[in-house]
Amino acid sequence: MRNRTETSDLTQADFDFVRTLVKQHSSISLDDSKGYLVSSRLLPIARGRGFESVAALITHLRSRPHGKVHTDVLEAVATTETSFFRDFHPYEALRDQVIPDLIRKRRESTRMLSIWSGACSSGQEPYSVAMVLRQVIPDIDTWTIQLLASDFSGAMVERARKGVFKQLEVNRGLPAHLLVRYFDQHGASWWLKDEVKRMVTFFQQNLDREWTRIPQVDLVFLRNVLIYFDVETRRRILRKVRRHLRPDGFLVMGAAETTLSLDDSFRRVQFGRAAFYQPGEGSGQ
Amino acid sequence: MTKKALVIDDSRAMRTILSGILGELGYEVQGAEDGGRALEILNAGGLFDLALVDWNMPQMTGYDFVLEVRKETRFNDLRLVMVTTETEVSRMSDALEAGADEYIMKPFNKEMLLEKLMLLGIEAELD
Repeated sequence: MRNRTETSDLTQADFDFVRTLVKQHSSISLDDSKGYLVSSRLLPIARGRGFESVAALITHLRSRPHGKVHTDVLEAVATTETSFFRDFHPYEALRDQVIPDLIRKRRESTRMLSIWSGACSSGQEPYSVAMVLRQVIPDIDTWTIQLLASDFSGAMVERARKGVFKQLEVNRGLPAHLLVRYFDQHGASWWLKDEVKRMVTFFQQNLDREWTRIPQVDLVFLRNVLIYFDVETRRRILRKVRRHLRPDGFLVMGAAETTLSLDDSFRRVQFGRAAFYQPGEGSGQ
Repeated sequence: MTKKALVIDDSRAMRTILSGILGELGYEVQGAEDGGRALEILNAGGLFDLALVDWNMPQMTGYDFVLEVRKETRFNDLRLVMVTTETEVSRMSDALEAGADEYIMKPFNKEMLLEKLMLLGIEAELD
């Protein structure tokens, strides 16, 4: 009998094949505990393409040159969970302190804000930021707001760009008054209004490749994404963040994440219950 | 001081589920099967921090309960969260206008409830 991974019915050899494929193309590191995740993410692809099992799908992947099926598998594994106003505290900090501060600083100069959500998944994060901006900046139409959002997955970027969400998705974390204000209801679907949707520019971006579309920005959101990379890749990405962040800008990470021990040139700044990270001395090197 | 919550729903099962979640958050919970009964509890001098309110109930609906509560300034600190199968945006809008602080559409799960409570400054450790 072939060896099975501890957490799924994938064989170790199949899991290792997927792990290598994912590491090569997306830089994401899957440890042995991720057998179940791989299996559950690949099952819909296997079913959708008529394979009798995930194992049969992997056999197909092994026997063919890199193509659409491989891309689908990579994107499925890379997809991260998201929700509107996830963990809320960072958005509270944006609303009450960070955005008002940036607005005060930029009001007499550029009147421009640049923000990048680097692992936007189906779009809830950048759209939450967009809603905060509309709430906080009364004369927003006289500002240049560059709100960029990218994801590894092309399918996710397509979905995010549509700005259409299920009831289950708008029921999570989104303040009801913002749902009423910024969405149109179509049966069980909730469509983001153009005034918010048009604020965000979506594109595909592998974080471990060149960041050709990322300008100098005031805020970078990389929440709950670095955890998928090995330590060296995390460090490489954080170095790039420093090069793209303005000196008074901030990196926003997941609630349980920190730059500590990865890149000590970031300075932790506490805003209420949220910690943001500012590029310190020596940044941009 | 122990925080107190009212769970207003004509379904005993729903009252049990919601009371269980709030109990885990440290609330002392009292149940009411409709808005009228909940108003009686409040008027009898019960001091509550939070009420989870269903919409469709016999005697007095959750919407009417919210309207009644918001007439009284002594209940200003009471956070009112609608938890209902009413999913029309017009209903949601009406409830907010009447004075509800948040709105959760059924079906929901524990995490969704905790996320909505977080918006009101009510903290819980989310997994």
